[in-house]
Amino acid sequence: MDNARTAQAAAIIPVPSGGPQEDAASAPDPDKLKVVELSAFYRGKIALRKIRVDIAANQVTAIIGPSGCGKSTLVRCLNRMHEVQPGNHAEGEVWLDGENIYAPGVDPVQIRRRVGMVFQKATPFPTMSIEDNVTAGLRLNNRRMSRAERDRIVERSLRQAALWEEVRDKLREPGISLSGGQQQRLCIARALAVEPEVLLMDEPCSALDPISTARIEELILELKASYTIVLVTHNMQQAARASDYTAFLLNGDLIEFGETNQIFTNPARRETEEYITGRFG
Amino acid sequence: MRAAGGGPSSYLYRKLKSRLMMGLTLAATVITLLPLFFVLAYLLSKGVTSLNLAFFTHLPKPVGEPGGGMANAIVGTFELIGLASLIGVPIGIGAGLYLNEYGGALSAPARFAADVLIGMPSIVVGIFAYAVLVRPMRGFSALAGGFALGIIMIPLVMRTTEEMVRLVPQELREAALALGVTRWRTTVSVVVRTAAAGIATGVILAIARVAGETAPLLFTAFGNRFWARGLREPIASLTVQVYTYAISPFADWQRQAWAGALVLTAIVLALELGVRWITRGRLKPLR
Amino acid sequence: MEPSIQLSLRTRPEPDPQATEAVTLPTVAAPARHRIAPGLLGDRLFRFSTALLALLVLALLLGFAIVLAMESRLSLVKFGLSFFTSTNWDPVNEEFGALPFVYGTVVTSAIALLIAVPLSLGVSLCMVELLPQWLAARIGFLVELLAAIPSVVYGLWGIFVLGPWLRDAVDPLLARYLGFLPQFQGPHLAVSLLTAGVLLSVMIIPYITAVCTEVFRVVPQTQREAALALGATKWEMIRMAVIPYGYTGVIGAIILGLGRALGETIAVAMVIGNRPEISASLFLPSSTLASAIANEFTEATGDMYLSALVELGLVLMVLAVVLNAAARALVTGVVSQGEGR
Repeated sequence: MDNARTAQAAAIIPVPSGGPQEDAASAPDPDKLKVVELSAFYRGKIALRKIRVDIAANQVTAIIGPSGCGKSTLVRCLNRMHEVQPGNHAEGEVWLDGENIYAPGVDPVQIRRRVGMVFQKATPFPTMSIEDNVTAGLRLNNRRMSRAERDRIVERSLRQAALWEEVRDKLREPGISLSGGQQQRLCIARALAVEPEVLLMDEPCSALDPISTARIEELILELKASYTIVLVTHNMQQAARASDYTAFLLNGDLIEFGETNQIFTNPARRETEEYITGRFG
Repeated sequence: MRAAGGGPSSYLYRKLKSRLMMGLTLAATVITLLPLFFVLAYLLSKGVTSLNLAFFTHLPKPVGEPGGGMANAIVGTFELIGLASLIGVPIGIGAGLYLNEYGGALSAPARFAADVLIGMPSIVVGIFAYAVLVRPMRGFSALAGGFALGIIMIPLVMRTTEEMVRLVPQELREAALALGVTRWRTTVSVVVRTAAAGIATGVILAIARVAGETAPLLFTAFGNRFWARGLREPIASLTVQVYTYAISPFADWQRQAWAGALVLTAIVLALELGVRWITRGRLKPLR
Repeated sequence: MEPSIQLSLRTRPEPDPQATEAVTLPTVAAPARHRIAPGLLGDRLFRFSTALLALLVLALLLGFAIVLAMESRLSLVKFGLSFFTSTNWDPVNEEFGALPFVYGTVVTSAIALLIAVPLSLGVSLCMVELLPQWLAARIGFLVELLAAIPSVVYGLWGIFVLGPWLRDAVDPLLARYLGFLPQFQGPHLAVSLLTAGVLLSVMIIPYITAVCTEVFRVVPQTQREAALALGATKWEMIRMAVIPYGYTGVIGAIILGLGRALGETIAVAMVIGNRPEISASLFLPSSTLASAIANEFTEATGDMYLSALVELGLVLMVLAVVLNAAARALVTGVVSQGEGR
């Protein structure tokens, strides 16, 4: 039961047998995140219905579906950001390395340090320089750093986000002075600086031009060596290019989950096929 | 009504009537601005000629004696503003943050209370401060005056703070929270810092407003012909001094009232204009 | 297939995991179950203290009501309703009737509104419908400056400039053309109901104008275009579309201005002459609720005298609360409705 991701999806939605089986062997690590019977509500209205999905470590898992299907909600439940907006709540379990992040007494702040997030819109803090933006998560958590350590973290994070070469000479300039694509990479660097284990990316390229988008996609492939990545996207080509696994959501239900290859070449469900061939959504 | 042809409903008539009415609105604008012009003109012409060095450096003379100045009143006004800010700024900012950042069940009644307090006649605030501080302390005091002005500042600072932090995009809060920053730290270091220019504007405008207040000081700070030697003593202020001198029968005091009014208006307008000018460009990016 | 651990959790929007209801405990250890995480403690502390400050503002309003009622209880008990019907304000014999002050307040406020309302409407219509944006912004700024000038400065100007000018230039005209009315008979004085009313009108115009301008701005462009499409002239368009749409908001603005006029103290105290008398003539001195407090409070000897003065303040407070609440309700209704479109 632990290693059969697709089988778990099948627990709610009957998937015709003969679909992808026992691909767990190809996954290098066990699951990083396990979502069990997760439902989410937005001001009393249900946005996600009993979702079960397992996120493999050091892999990219894409979440696709038409707008309003709940893909952003799902990813925001993975680091307890969903509940930040008044009136929202979630029910169910999300296990992060064997710890249920929805268990009572769990501090969502601690969870968010382990599960970082990049948003659709680049949001550098407008009052902070590039360098301060990168270290914001650490400084605002009262982490004391020596000047050297700080410089090291800034360089490491910016390098990981493939931004170092472009900004190394203007670290003191405001973060909002950068271009849109650079700002988004700055936000990735900022998320990486706190050394999370998982990186959630909520449509990180939807506001970017094709060249910036390509850079971010490249970056995602590099980052998966060290991080588990969940990528929400409305762009199916992007999901096909960048992800290893794909989950398809429709109206708050998980319709299908499996290897990206299989989902795009041989979907098990009619809805999935209709969506990826562009017949609706 | 709209029949064609001559008479009162003809197009020409209607058009002329429209022109006339729009002309009247223009006239209303001119008439409204005339007092502003006249008040400032009289302040300048009467005030400047009445100003001299002694006005800034000397204490007032005893009743009816010419000469002297308002040195103590000028300092007193700033002291009262300082005291008022100590009360009004932290309470106003904190309560304003609560309204927008937490917005629990308390926020609707608190917002209503603030709106009503903004419209509260300032003389009533004076009575309140008198009952709460002056009588129990058995005397007029700088403390009571600052308290009264501080109360006037609270709702002003509170409402601007709320408005200004509301302009901070929700995405910034979420970006900080997603980094594992605690909520209160997000509020202080991201939200307040981003809205800082706007909040500061609100604070300075509130200061400008209370700097010109007379009524709440009449029976709290009272007034003092000498330097106040402590916060528990009555203290002079420009406004009360101008009031006292203006209604006095002595020509030299009336002259000094104009000088005091000029200095007072200069302080208030400098705060108002200065803050608008400084924050002119900077408040925009918040939107 | 079913997970071995059943758990029903409801996570509320505010971080309060302690309050969530755990039906069954997870078999895997949840480390920080009974301890509040340090981050959460800070959050609670911060939320609690800001809530306390918001509560303080609420308490302040209640405190005003309680303190003023307590302080005026002697007078409330002794005079009851006759406080508002008696014209006898006699500190020596400790007999207090507030009718002269009520009269003075009503008359000065009425004069102020009579002048300020048409002017304010004119200014806001001019700014919204006639002038180009850049000029309107500058005019609006100047009108705001009118509100920035301290009231003691208005009072000073009223004593030495406005009062004498009204006495010498305006009063004779009014007496000549309207002299058949008792309001415009009698000697002409510089300190008078009229001077106070005119001065008040200058002081409340910026408040009424600001709200009216905001109200007219939110009138949807489609309403204007619909009127113009029917062949209306600019003025007819204002009559047909702009004013009806903003009607409630304008009423709110006027009430707001009235609240300001009632409570204005120092400027009025300086130009009204402070005589607790009811005289028909607008050329004669009078006194208002607020000016009486300003004038007599520090001289009030005896508890009954003070108590009566505080009762004047209580009346002012009640009026201010009622008027402000009404005005806010009217204005926010119109403005949010307009912005919601």
